[in-house]
Amino acid sequence: MLTILFDGIAYGMLLFVLACGLAVTLGLMNFVNLAHGAFAMAGGYVAFVAVNRLGVPFLLGLPIAFLASALLGILLEQTLYVHVYGKSHLDQVLFSIGLVFMAVAAVDYTMGSSQVFIEVPDYLKGQFKFFGVGIGRYRLLVIAICGLITAALQLVLSHTRFGSRLRASVDDARVARGLGINVGAVFAATFAAGSGLAGLGGALGVEILGLDPYFPLKFMIYFLIVVTVGGTSSITGPFVASILLGIADVAGKYYVPKLGAFAIYTVMIVVLIWRPQGLFARGTAK
Amino acid sequence: MSSRLAEPEVARLVMRRARWGFFEIAFWLAALATIFLFPARHLILTEVAILGLFALSLDLILGYAGIISLGQAAFFGFGAYCAGLLAKHALVTEPVLALVIAGFASAVLGFFTSFLVLRGSDLTRIMVTLGIALVLRELANRYDGLTGGADGLQGIEIAPLFGRFRFDMFGHTGYVYCLAVLFFFFLLARRTVNSPFGLSLRAVKGNPLRASAVGISVKGRLVAIYTVAAGYAGVAGALLAQTTQFASLDMFSFERSADVLLMLILGGTGYLYGGVVGALIFKLMQDWLAGMTPQYWQFWIGLVLVSIVLVGRERIAHWLAAIRRRIPLSLARRQAA
Amino acid sequence: MMKRILAGLVGAAALAFAGGAAAQQPMKIGLILPMTGGQASTGKQIDAAVRLYMQQHGDIVAGRKIEVILKDDGTVPDNTKRLAQELIVNDHVDVIAGFGITPSALAAAPLATEAKVTEIVMAAGTSIITERSPYIARTSFTLAQSSVIIADWAAKNGIKKVATLVSDYAPGADAQNSFKERFTAAGGQVVEEIKVPLASPDFSPALQRAVDATSDAIFVFVPAGQGGGFAKQYAERGLDKAGIKLIGPGDVTDDDLLNNMGDAVIGAVTAHLYSAAHPSAANKDFVAAYKKLMNGQRPGFMAVGGYDGIHLVYEALKKTGGKSDGDALIAAMKGMSWESPRGPISIDPDTRDIIQNIYIRRVEKVGGELYNVEFATFEAVKDPIKAAKK
Repeated sequence: MLTILFDGIAYGMLLFVLACGLAVTLGLMNFVNLAHGAFAMAGGYVAFVAVNRLGVPFLLGLPIAFLASALLGILLEQTLYVHVYGKSHLDQVLFSIGLVFMAVAAVDYTMGSSQVFIEVPDYLKGQFKFFGVGIGRYRLLVIAICGLITAALQLVLSHTRFGSRLRASVDDARVARGLGINVGAVFAATFAAGSGLAGLGGALGVEILGLDPYFPLKFMIYFLIVVTVGGTSSITGPFVASILLGIADVAGKYYVPKLGAFAIYTVMIVVLIWRPQGLFARGTAK
Repeated sequence: MSSRLAEPEVARLVMRRARWGFFEIAFWLAALATIFLFPARHLILTEVAILGLFALSLDLILGYAGIISLGQAAFFGFGAYCAGLLAKHALVTEPVLALVIAGFASAVLGFFTSFLVLRGSDLTRIMVTLGIALVLRELANRYDGLTGGADGLQGIEIAPLFGRFRFDMFGHTGYVYCLAVLFFFFLLARRTVNSPFGLSLRAVKGNPLRASAVGISVKGRLVAIYTVAAGYAGVAGALLAQTTQFASLDMFSFERSADVLLMLILGGTGYLYGGVVGALIFKLMQDWLAGMTPQYWQFWIGLVLVSIVLVGRERIAHWLAAIRRRIPLSLARRQAA
Repeated sequence: MMKRILAGLVGAAALAFAGGAAAQQPMKIGLILPMTGGQASTGKQIDAAVRLYMQQHGDIVAGRKIEVILKDDGTVPDNTKRLAQELIVNDHVDVIAGFGITPSALAAAPLATEAKVTEIVMAAGTSIITERSPYIARTSFTLAQSSVIIADWAAKNGIKKVATLVSDYAPGADAQNSFKERFTAAGGQVVEEIKVPLASPDFSPALQRAVDATSDAIFVFVPAGQGGGFAKQYAERGLDKAGIKLIGPGDVTDDDLLNNMGDAVIGAVTAHLYSAAHPSAANKDFVAAYKKLMNGQRPGFMAVGGYDGIHLVYEALKKTGGKSDGDALIAAMKGMSWESPRGPISIDPDTRDIIQNIYIRRVEKVGGELYNVEFATFEAVKDPIKAAKK
């Protein structure tokens, strides 16, 4: 069932792009941002309006979604989130859930409760057969884009100065500050980038996951699963976790449809029992 | 295994803490009064009482032992289905007995899953507990011959309480029942947290390493309180199934666990009343907002939550404490001590 | 002298009050709908339809003012039950209506019986609902009505092997079972039966199974609101290109979402109670008025269920001359028939369920938009599951 494998990989990579912003935010700022899904939803709706209503070509709609969500991220970060950084995890949970409620209701009011669909260009529709395996064109695009993003992220992290500053801040913010790194600016930039990526993921995901005002609530669990299983101290962790979970979910639903998402939850529990800090974490108990 | 306190001074301080303060007595008297003063609101107050008990179960593990869980709904739903199935197949007709059995069964489930929450960070615990709740949900869906699947458990008929008090449409019997159960388990919880066991829990929450250095079995304590809390949540679920005569899959859902966590955070953790207070505030506010705007009430609730955090819960607690200090009686002495 | 005038005034006032009170007492309808959560689009449609009807027909019937109290149950059945209880006990409603999903309608049934309050089901579609209380009348549909009609059509049109894909809950089971029974009786074969979880619908694995089973057609039922997601994945898998036809009850090509589903669904044949393209004057007016109220949004079958539900209440109240207790209203509702935007409908006096035309329609592009174009009509279809029980 190679098609299932292919589907699972596409799904997993999409999850990764959606969730990596959350992983970095959590690892870097120790901030539980349950409103992460709202940025993804924002990106999805921006792309919808741009492509369906304003006639923007689909591939251009994606970076627009990225920019819109990144801007939204910077705006919210500077006005609201900064006040909540120092507070306890419980306060952060309360705050971010409040934000999600507001986002959901606001989108419901402006865009309606029905699911929306993006007009995907014809060359992305349907499947083609590759050695007898059905390859969906759109899913192939998803894999391509997400793969590029992953590679780019890895490059930024390991080969740029910003990347090393980021890694230093994640490891130990106090020491990083002591070394003269402007951790606040690193936070802001990372938050913006994470939100932007979520928005891009949201736009890409409209075709596969569907988009309606309840998107953040529906998928929050999956993002959290990716982040917890993957650990928050690297990019590879969430990446591997996403692929694993994507395949497990799709395969589980194919072979045992009655149990639905049972597979993904069981895999998560098993991994977390075996490695409580996540697959690739570096053992610092928080 | 009783631990006798060596210092009489310490014993006296602890016992003073455990005394019934003015606000506590007033609270329960007011609760009793609601039975007679607000007969029209019994239905929503029943829900508040059930949620209060549910939130109390979460407070036991979060406020007193520091285990953060997004999966208490696992035990809530399990207790609900137990009570529902017992009634539907007429295995146990007396509601109180069914309640006890459901609570006990949930506690057993809690015991067997407790080892999963022993390791890992906050985030791990959140996800593992959530995972357990969702796995249970999927299993309930899978065995829909037993549970009714996505349509819920239909055809539950609850026999009259003690053979005499029928669960009527107005919800009067249900409310008195739930309030009495809440009070009973509250007393039990109060006793527990003010006992040496409860103190050792607080030590574990504060610093597990230090606690184990003093000889307290950290794992044992956590397993014990997690089991007890699971039982409480199961009882709350059973109450819901018995008063609404219905059980459905969304009793295991993430939303239910998240809602109760929200209520507990709103009310405040670690003093047992936070759950009931939070449930009261949240439910009444939600009902009022939903009455005004059935479509978009979520927006206003979100705004309230965000505002509360931005203003700061400590600041609000300070204001409340300042008001409380104005009342004489044992509280003032407590502050001095 | 003063005393007599005073007595006279009091007497007159009392009379006026008594007579006036009976005439002025408003009739309250508790409308319990999912306005938030997964089925929010259903709730919105029904709410809009009810408001539209009241705008068009005013709110005074048989001398009584009609008041609709809208409550959101969030698609959670225990909320539905509590809200229904509060509406009956605190607000003294005479009718409870709405009920977006089957468990909600079932949860309110014992209350309707105990309080003798009429329950109008405007959305839920499982057959047994009307059997749960003698005070329930339905203006929506049952899945079986559409499923057996499409089974007949499929058998007569050269479709031999069908894979069924339904959501795993009571309406889905109804749809699948009634389809299978009729289709196999007509000589067809159901090669694969797939059920997808209601809450987390991911159709690609299920669709893959349908492809692997090499069928002529796939019979699909998903609740209102999920049809779009399904259509997308159907197209992506290339099922249309592989020649696997899409058939089923019309929920999957709901007018609410149809126009955004993309051209892949063109040619899909479904059987259903309502199409926004139904060529009757009543429907044209309805669609135009609804679009005006809802900023260009097209009404779907949920909207028409709400529209007809409030119509039923109005007409029943006229017939009873203003009496709104459950027994009077239900007696008046039995056998009532009228021309709805969907076509002629009536309430079965035996089962209190809806009897309506079921149309076979094909998705076509009309004037640049996708519509379900009707090409065959089956008249006065009763719910087959209950009819078979007799």
